Amino acid sequence: MNCPVSIPANADCVTLAHGEGGRLSRKLIQERIIHALSNETLQAMNDAAQLPRVMGSLALTTDSFVVSPLFFSGGDIGTLAVYGTVNDLAVSGAKPLWLTLSLIMEEGLPLVILDRVLESIANAAQQTGVKIVAGDTKVVPRGAADGLFINTAGVGELIAPIPPGAATLQEGDELIVSGTIGRHGIAILAVREELGLEPLPSSDCGSLLRPVECLRESMGHQIRCLRDATRGGVAAVMQEWAEASGMTLSIDERSLPIAADVRGISELLGLDPLHIANEGTMVIAVKSGAGSEAVSLLQSLSETAEARVIGTVKPRGIAAVTIRRTLGAEQPLDDPLGSPLPRIC
Amino acid sequence: MKYLDEYRDPEAARLLLDEIRRVSTRCWTLMEVCGGQTHSLLRHGIAAELEGMVELIHGPGCPVCVTDQEAIDFACQLAQRDDVILASFGDMLRVPGSRGSLLDARTAGARIQIVYSPLDAVQLARKHPEKQVVFFAVGFETTAPATALAVKQADRDQLDNFSLIVSHVRVQPAMESLVQAPDNRVQAFLAAGHVCTVMGYESYESFVKQYRLPVVVAGFEPLDLLEGILACVKQLEAYEARLENRYARTVQAAGNQPAQDLVREIYQICDRGWRGFGVIPEGGLELRTEYRRFDARTRFAASALPVIHVDECRSFDVMTGHLKPPDCPHFRKSCNPESPLGAPMVSSEGACAAYYRYGMTASR
Ligand code: SF4
Repeated sequence: MNCPVSIPANADCVTLAHGEGGRLSRKLIQERIIHALSNETLQAMNDAAQLPRVMGSLALTTDSFVVSPLFFSGGDIGTLAVYGTVNDLAVSGAKPLWLTLSLIMEEGLPLVILDRVLESIANAAQQTGVKIVAGDTKVVPRGAADGLFINTAGVGELIAPIPPGAATLQEGDELIVSGTIGRHGIAILAVREELGLEPLPSSDCGSLLRPVECLRESMGHQIRCLRDATRGGVAAVMQEWAEASGMTLSIDERSLPIAADVRGISELLGLDPLHIANEGTMVIAVKSGAGSEAVSLLQSLSETAEARVIGTVKPRGIAAVTIRRTLGAEQPLDDPLGSPLPRIC
Repeated sequence: MKYLDEYRDPEAARLLLDEIRRVSTRCWTLMEVCGGQTHSLLRHGIAAELEGMVELIHGPGCPVCVTDQEAIDFACQLAQRDDVILASFGDMLRVPGSRGSLLDARTAGARIQIVYSPLDAVQLARKHPEKQVVFFAVGFETTAPATALAVKQADRDQLDNFSLIVSHVRVQPAMESLVQAPDNRVQAFLAAGHVCTVMGYESYESFVKQYRLPVVVAGFEPLDLLEGILACVKQLEAYEARLENRYARTVQAAGNQPAQDLVREIYQICDRGWRGFGVIPEGGLELRTEYRRFDARTRFAASALPVIHVDECRSFDVMTGHLKPPDCPHFRKSCNPESPLGAPMVSSEGACAAYYRYGMTASR
């Protein structure tokens, strides 16, 4: 593990006994986890969280987080887990309410690292107003996991109007990204592969809750669909939406917001920022003519200050997703297979 | 990234395209030697814009594409040993050997680490004294100085767990073998800017004289390429054959002397088998005798398994300009990036990958 966190040599570590359900397990859960995430539901320590009734329908999502290194510039596995789940609920049209949290720890994980991750989780939960109401811990032998894996499930209440989804995309609809693209993937790559960059590129890991709420409040019916552009990047969202709608999604290379460091590293390694993962950046499709209003709204918020219209929806043409290059040529944007491999020279 | 945008300005590109259109009286056949240039030409739609005026042939300038199948087989074989960590650049991983690719070997349990510089491989060897770290040294003159430096470091630190599968190739002998072929179609060359950054371009002087073909050193951005193409066309139209440098912002005539010295100190010129081409005289670099102990072939005197020749790939025809990738009978059918028949389909610099990626279809 290459995390930029110094660990004292004699640090206390997670042991297999921490996972065996006895006194050590209870101590770990009570003194560290519940202490860090304290809320009444969790403190009751029931087998199942008992939750109040909600008005609307529910949305439920689950995700697992495996990231190496655990800490990177702009975030860590804890913030990733909370924001990732909250964002999934937010872009589905739900107000995030409750989260479950399962920790799968590798024997030998220093407890100070665990504490730091729990602190991040607590802060992110507080900031987004969700409660962590149930959880689980397991310890696996050394070598069976990469430090720490996290699984979450998130429950939210659906609030009308629910964005109708990509199947409703129509000719002329406008495509927006909420911020500069590819930052998370490049930040991870830079630390993991020790690219020796100074300063380290920073992840966009963060909450999309506020931007989504603002958008929905002022122009709810104009929104067709929203999606956080995580694994596979913006390109993957485009491919999915094109498939769901049978339309061609056409983007313009010149309008893509890409931070200088991300662009430089991508050029160097032969990677395309459109295919690189984001963690706090979403793609939004709005009805024809609503693009500039949505963008100025997003630009007024610190989280999405770099939002841009990047393309439009057209009748199905040469390919599902196309990109207009700098010199004007329109080309298909391919769906990469597997993770992109950096090139040689 | 201002320095990049300047060389991608659509207006300036338009003017250059118009100028090429104005000066060319017939369709000339140019070869861009480097795979990076091939990608740029297709990505920015330049190849399509020039149709009928300039035919671009995509040369052998992708070290991944021309690395001998036998070297890949050997790398896979070593990677499967318990005591070995194989270090490689990312884009070698998907290239098919005769018994699968390095990625296949990794799935089967081989320990393969992607590195970004040969020095990372040396670092890996320091970190894992209990393992033999083998670096798959692929690349043209551009990457050779960095691997030479890695050898020097390993030598200085007396690392006895670091070695290389040396597969370095040299561009100019390949260009010579191309133009010497009786069916050669190339009328002018765009020389690869980054190779010249290291090697300079003085050595092309005799090439230009001997074969009477224009050679223009060009960069990778759209405007660099268009300027290079224009320079070639102007020469051809005037029945001239000169050496020109259109990449002066990075390339000097003599190149980078310290880098060349380093390469000379560690390597010597040798004949080398090029995938698709066969053995090219003086087409590669090998370690000098003093450094031969860092040669993985010396260290692992293992009997390399024989290469199974099942290569239906037509990459040789592609790289000599006798076949456009979409006209290859396998293109988009049995050969695609997911299951490639040949290296040009998987390498990020490969011509077939470029045609696939930028949506080209069979020529009309
Ligand atoms: S399309 Fe495939 S088989 Fe044909 S030349 Fe290219 S890599 Fe070889």
